[in-house]
Amino acid sequence: MKDTKAETFLRFDNVKKSYDQENLVVKGFDMHVQEGEFITLLGPSGSGKTTVLMMLAGFESVTSGDIAINGRSINKTAPNKRNIGMVFQNYALFPHMTVAENLAYPLTVRKMPKAQIKERVAEYLALVELSAFGDRRPGQLSGGQRQRVALARAMIFQPTLILMDEPLGALDKNLREQMQFEITRLHKQIGFTVIYVTHDQTEALSMSDRIAVFNDGVVQQCAPPAELYERPVNAFVAEFIGENNFVRGKVTQIEGETAKVETDTGTITTQTSEGLTEGAQCRVSIRPEKLFIHPTTHAHDNALTATFITRIYVGDFIRYYFRLPDGTDIIVKVLNDLSAPEFEDGATAQLLSLTKDCIAFAN
Amino acid sequence: MPSLNTQDAANARRQLRRRRRQAFLFVVPLLVFILFAFVAPITTMLFRSVYNPTVAELVPETLEMLEDWSGEGLPDEATITRFAVDMKRMANDRTSGRLADEINRALPGMSSVVKSTARGLRRADDAELAANGAEMLLAENERWAKPATWRAIRSAGQVYTSSYYLTAVDLEYDSEGEIIMRDTQIYKQLYTKTLKMALIITGLTMLLGYPLAFYMSQASPATANFLMVFVLLPFWTSLLVRTTAWIALLQAGGVVNSTLLWAGLINQPIELLYNEFSTILAMTHILLPFMVLPLYAVMRGIDASFMRAAISMGSNPIGAWYKIYLPMSLPGLSAGALLVFIISVGYYITPALVGGTDGQMISNIIAFHMQVSNNWELAAALGSLLLILILVLYWLFDRFVGTDNLKLG
Ligand SMILES: Nc1ncnc2c1ncn2[C@@H]1O[C@H](COP(=O)(O)OP(=O)(O)OP(=O)(O)O)[C@@H](O)[C@H]1O
Ligand SMILES: [Mg+2]
Repeated sequence: MKDTKAETFLRFDNVKKSYDQENLVVKGFDMHVQEGEFITLLGPSGSGKTTVLMMLAGFESVTSGDIAINGRSINKTAPNKRNIGMVFQNYALFPHMTVAENLAYPLTVRKMPKAQIKERVAEYLALVELSAFGDRRPGQLSGGQRQRVALARAMIFQPTLILMDEPLGALDKNLREQMQFEITRLHKQIGFTVIYVTHDQTEALSMSDRIAVFNDGVVQQCAPPAELYERPVNAFVAEFIGENNFVRGKVTQIEGETAKVETDTGTITTQTSEGLTEGAQCRVSIRPEKLFIHPTTHAHDNALTATFITRIYVGDFIRYYFRLPDGTDIIVKVLNDLSAPEFEDGATAQLLSLTKDCIAFAN
Repeated sequence: MPSLNTQDAANARRQLRRRRRQAFLFVVPLLVFILFAFVAPITTMLFRSVYNPTVAELVPETLEMLEDWSGEGLPDEATITRFAVDMKRMANDRTSGRLADEINRALPGMSSVVKSTARGLRRADDAELAANGAEMLLAENERWAKPATWRAIRSAGQVYTSSYYLTAVDLEYDSEGEIIMRDTQIYKQLYTKTLKMALIITGLTMLLGYPLAFYMSQASPATANFLMVFVLLPFWTSLLVRTTAWIALLQAGGVVNSTLLWAGLINQPIELLYNEFSTILAMTHILLPFMVLPLYAVMRGIDASFMRAAISMGSNPIGAWYKIYLPMSLPGLSAGALLVFIISVGYYITPALVGGTDGQMISNIIAFHMQVSNNWELAAALGSLLLILILVLYWLFDRFVGTDNLKLG
């Protein structure tokens, strides 16, 4: 099958994978990736992210479907002929070689002249700011330094596509942020395409051009970070990305893009989502930072009456915990400024929101 | 940095001493055991290989008198007489046989001479012997008239001697005291053969063990355990059962031969048993676990991502194996090879059971000298040489592979 759209660099076409001839681990994976994009696969453990990456790299066979690069299927291409760079979670730096030898390995395999290899290695060592470390063994480097060597090694043979499977999983928080910045910088500077796998949604949100949210072998939504956050297509994505409150209710009326939902604490107007039908039970998602506590100067469309439980001081903002009459807990995040109100235990409060911030999902 | 006051320092020192004492107590049982079960016997063996007091204890006076003898012509009459008197005494307290063995070792053919002379002099009159001993001895056998005989007695009488080591490398002292090649060259050849067989066995276990350990390291734990049972099976079956199995399989009318005969591939049974072939076969079987276990332990620690990384960078699988996996599995391979090689160099029981004459290794000769020919000194010398050989090989291994490239668990 030839791709007619020239700009599609990498295409997954209804890719399925079963390890045991019984259960599908990846169930019909479709995705189009443009050249130079930073795509993140995000999803809970066991959802098939690594499997997709391994099929792309050629280390796992594709049970059915097609993976194509530049319109040409690579299903039958040997993994060493795919020219795809990889960064592994454990870095996979060869312990018996120095950093420079590690970097030179893909070039030696390609029979590049020695002088040129030396030059290229020096260039990439400089790129990841490790020029002084060429003669060290991987065992003599810190975690972050190893990570950068692994990155340089995956880039040095100038593949157009680089895969990273939880490359920052083993690093502590500070180093992680530093390396996220580093990877983004290199991606911008060199312009390769990245397929990135992570558990960490902040990482995904801050680095990616688009994020594919995986669950149970199926892509739930593939969209830019802001859209994923603001316009989740289903309850799983709404719950998985960021924090969210869910209010139970029943759809009473659908009118174009908006719906009326009857809840225990009154009717609210919401955005609709796919699969929502009149008269059906539903859940309305509202982000904690999109709820305001009455009295406020913000405009609002909906109001929920809830009982105050407690408030927790987190520093730059304050988290309020409320409970709806049906027992659902609601979290509200308020900036830590003069408007943050104080409550008595058991006091009731009005929680206000805008229609555009409420989305009703079918149950 | 604030320094400790004297009281604190004393406390710290006392605590350190107590920890050291505790640590020492943990290894004391092992140290004691090693001392009794290893160091002491080995030292005795080394000592025995150069220490041979038998003759010196049997004929001390004769030896003392022989010291003044130039070595040319016969010793003086007093010396010979003294020896004749000694001979009668030994004939009567039945120690002449031991003397015969010892002198025979220095000068072949002397055993019967000593024994017959002892018989002849047993009933001799004491007074006559004291007066006329030399004449009577010379009359018993003409070889007593040869200077070489007396030189042999003198050399056999040395308490500390290197002659066993010379024998162990197929050399000897000639009657002039020069070091010459022995007529029968056996030990050097035997050492070479032993090394050759050990090398073949090591190579075979590598050939069988490496792919197996690799597969086991990649397989699921259940499969790996299942295969491990097969690897360890030789450990769990009795030696005799195993040997019987090999004999049933390999003998002239055994399974292998009858199958080949039946298939028409051979016309008469080929010799599979009691030779080098069967020894190597059986030893490869029994030593395979020593190769597989360290290999498996090392390979299990090598994550699949290393090979994948190499392949993703464009290396073909064989190249990736050679450049990445092999060096990473080398500690296991060298540990296994070293274990198998050293164990097989000193192996005794399998060659003894299925080796015949052709498949004998150096340990079997050592055992022969200890149990049959009763030449403990030579056995000790051969054993010491074996020990030295193994130490040299270990040193070479350390030079070229490095013991830090060794992982035994
Ligand atoms: N080699 C394999 N053989 C059989 N099943 C496998 C194999 N590898 C993965 N699986 C199964 O496939 C499913 C998806 O695994 P995969 O490793 O792709 O998940 P993942 O999304 O990468 O999870 P994680 O975030 O924990 O890394 C899991 O249920 C896993 O048990
Ligand atoms: Mg994974």
